[in-house]
Amino acid sequence: MNETGAGSGAWAIEVEGLGKSFGSHRALTGICLKVGRGEHVTVFGPNGAGKTSLIKILSTLMKPSAGTVCLDGSDISKVPSEVRRKIGLVAHQTFLYDDLTVYENLKFYGKMYDVPNLEEQIHNVVRWVRLEARLHDRVGTLSRGMQQRISIARAVIHNPSIVLLDEPEVGLDPHAIVMVREVLDSLSAGERTVVMTTHNLEQGIEMSDRVVILYKGRIVYQEHKDRIDIATFRETYDRYTESAK
Amino acid sequence: MKNGRGKLRDDLLVGLGFALMLAALYMALIYAPTEKYAGAVQRIFYFHVPLAWVGFLAFLVVFVGSILYLWKRSVIWDAIAWASAEVGVVFTSLVLITGSIWAKAAWGIWWTWDARLTATLVLWFVYVAYLMVRGYAREESQGARFSAVLGIAGFINVPIVALAINLWRTQHPTALIFEGGLAPTMLVALLVCVAAFTVLYILLVRHATSLKILESDIENIKNLRLE
Amino acid sequence: MSRMYARVFAIFWKDVLSEIRTKEIVTAVLVFALLVLVIFNFAFDPASGTTARIAPGILWVAFTFAGILGLNRVFAIEKENSSLAGLRLCPVDRMVIFWGKLAGSFTFMLVIAAVITPIFLVLFNLPLFLPRLALIIVLATLGFTSVGTLFSALAMNIRARDIMLPILFLPLVVPVIIGAVETTACVLAGGPWSDMLTWLEIMIAFDIIYLVVATLMFEFVIEE
Repeated sequence: MNETGAGSGAWAIEVEGLGKSFGSHRALTGICLKVGRGEHVTVFGPNGAGKTSLIKILSTLMKPSAGTVCLDGSDISKVPSEVRRKIGLVAHQTFLYDDLTVYENLKFYGKMYDVPNLEEQIHNVVRWVRLEARLHDRVGTLSRGMQQRISIARAVIHNPSIVLLDEPEVGLDPHAIVMVREVLDSLSAGERTVVMTTHNLEQGIEMSDRVVILYKGRIVYQEHKDRIDIATFRETYDRYTESAK
Repeated sequence: MKNGRGKLRDDLLVGLGFALMLAALYMALIYAPTEKYAGAVQRIFYFHVPLAWVGFLAFLVVFVGSILYLWKRSVIWDAIAWASAEVGVVFTSLVLITGSIWAKAAWGIWWTWDARLTATLVLWFVYVAYLMVRGYAREESQGARFSAVLGIAGFINVPIVALAINLWRTQHPTALIFEGGLAPTMLVALLVCVAAFTVLYILLVRHATSLKILESDIENIKNLRLE
Repeated sequence: MSRMYARVFAIFWKDVLSEIRTKEIVTAVLVFALLVLVIFNFAFDPASGTTARIAPGILWVAFTFAGILGLNRVFAIEKENSSLAGLRLCPVDRMVIFWGKLAGSFTFMLVIAAVITPIFLVLFNLPLFLPRLALIIVLATLGFTSVGTLFSALAMNIRARDIMLPILFLPLVVPVIIGAVETTACVLAGGPWSDMLTWLEIMIAFDIIYLVVATLMFEFVIEE
């Protein structure tokens, strides 16, 4: 921390003493998390652990009640516009307009982000999520899984350095999950920084460099992927979140 | 929350309010002369006018509190604005009721679409909506933010509504009060009443504000224990 | 600066595109407005002689209620897949979002007015060519939509939103309604410009004040 209170800039994401309360309910308490550039961190936790609140704060959608968040060294409460350019967000909701075509949706968001060579970029991302054939179909006519892939394409249309994923597989059928996972795999293969929340243990671990367990609004456990295997992690996860039952 | 000095100030205020209210009653009902034409019912004027003044003051406080809340995001400003809106709505309701009684006696009708009556009614609706927004908000800070927006947008509306409705029609006894038509003793009585109701307003808002702050403190403490 | 306009236009255009596809707002609101005109016809039997006195009121009540219905829909489209969150993620000033949405609802309302006003004039046997009425409609619609867009965004996030929008919206637009009714009456009676000047000034002042206030307040109603 330097004297201005902004992050050092050495980390892609730097969270200090983050807290969020809704009236009297505390969704997050004393969260500290540092994510390196290109790192893929997966946040696990049961429902109501505060995963969505954390993602919403990191993506500037929600203001924290306490603490600071710096992305690439800039405080999100001070320069949101600049910060917003660096973030791509995929949530359970697609943020797409059902009555517009895939192309129109991507073109709209591309314009909002001032994407250079927009036409080319639209074709790139659509090819990447393998939906070129549906480019001129209305989003409302696509299956839920396809919509989620378009949503991922929307999230990276402006080539963000940080991608936040909030349970990207919720509500998808098994086939759609396979397709979405393929896209997510190639997403984290690049040099993007990725923070993902999920309660799917296998997949979450496989894709990540580091795992975090969030429980009742606090980080109760974090470890590098190399030092855990799925069996012991499942045990750990159950131990930390058992008291919920 | 409340230190010794605050308590003392409160006691002084209660005492002052009580004394002023007694004086106001005496002035309005006994000291002031009976109006020649309107008769005894004109005495409702000593309550009607101060209530209207305090109602307006209350909404001004809501306006200022709302701006400060959106700027500083401090719960105290929100509590003051909210408390003031509650008191303001009650006082404005009383203005409409006393006005109706007076209208019945003076003009023989309970209600007339006269400029100031109508403007007051519109104002009353704005602040009822303010309180409703709080009730329908999904969480406290959202209710505070949304009602602050209305507290600002609604108050800015006051002069425009007043101007528009005035142009539209007017039959209020304005001249009677402001163009020296009022006997000096009546004016003294009115001023005492205004002072009494202003102190009452300050007392009510102080108490309602500290009540709201205590409520939110209790919620926070409850929550700490649950963790 | 021109980038800002381009983004305002992008928001406006995607709303127009959606509307062209679904015709949800304009059709529904139009039918509703016409129904109100017809119902008023029964309620107030505009026999000869009284028409000029009550017609302006009927037009503006129909238009106001229709406006509320339309404004309720303006943010519904942003609620469907939480796309308002998508908009809030964009690196644009919050007022860009407001102006984009405002441009959309302003246009939809004008389209509705452009259809129902001639029908209204025909139904009540009034002269059809009234350029001054067009000016009144533009001024009133601007006032309606700047207040309405702000409160539509606000009401969208609270419970009982369908009923809360009119409760929030109507008291605030009272000056516009009075101004619109008075000036329309003047136009229908063939009165001179000078008779409606003060009212036009009030409406212009209202429009400017609420454009500024709503632009400034908008970020507070969409934040979370």
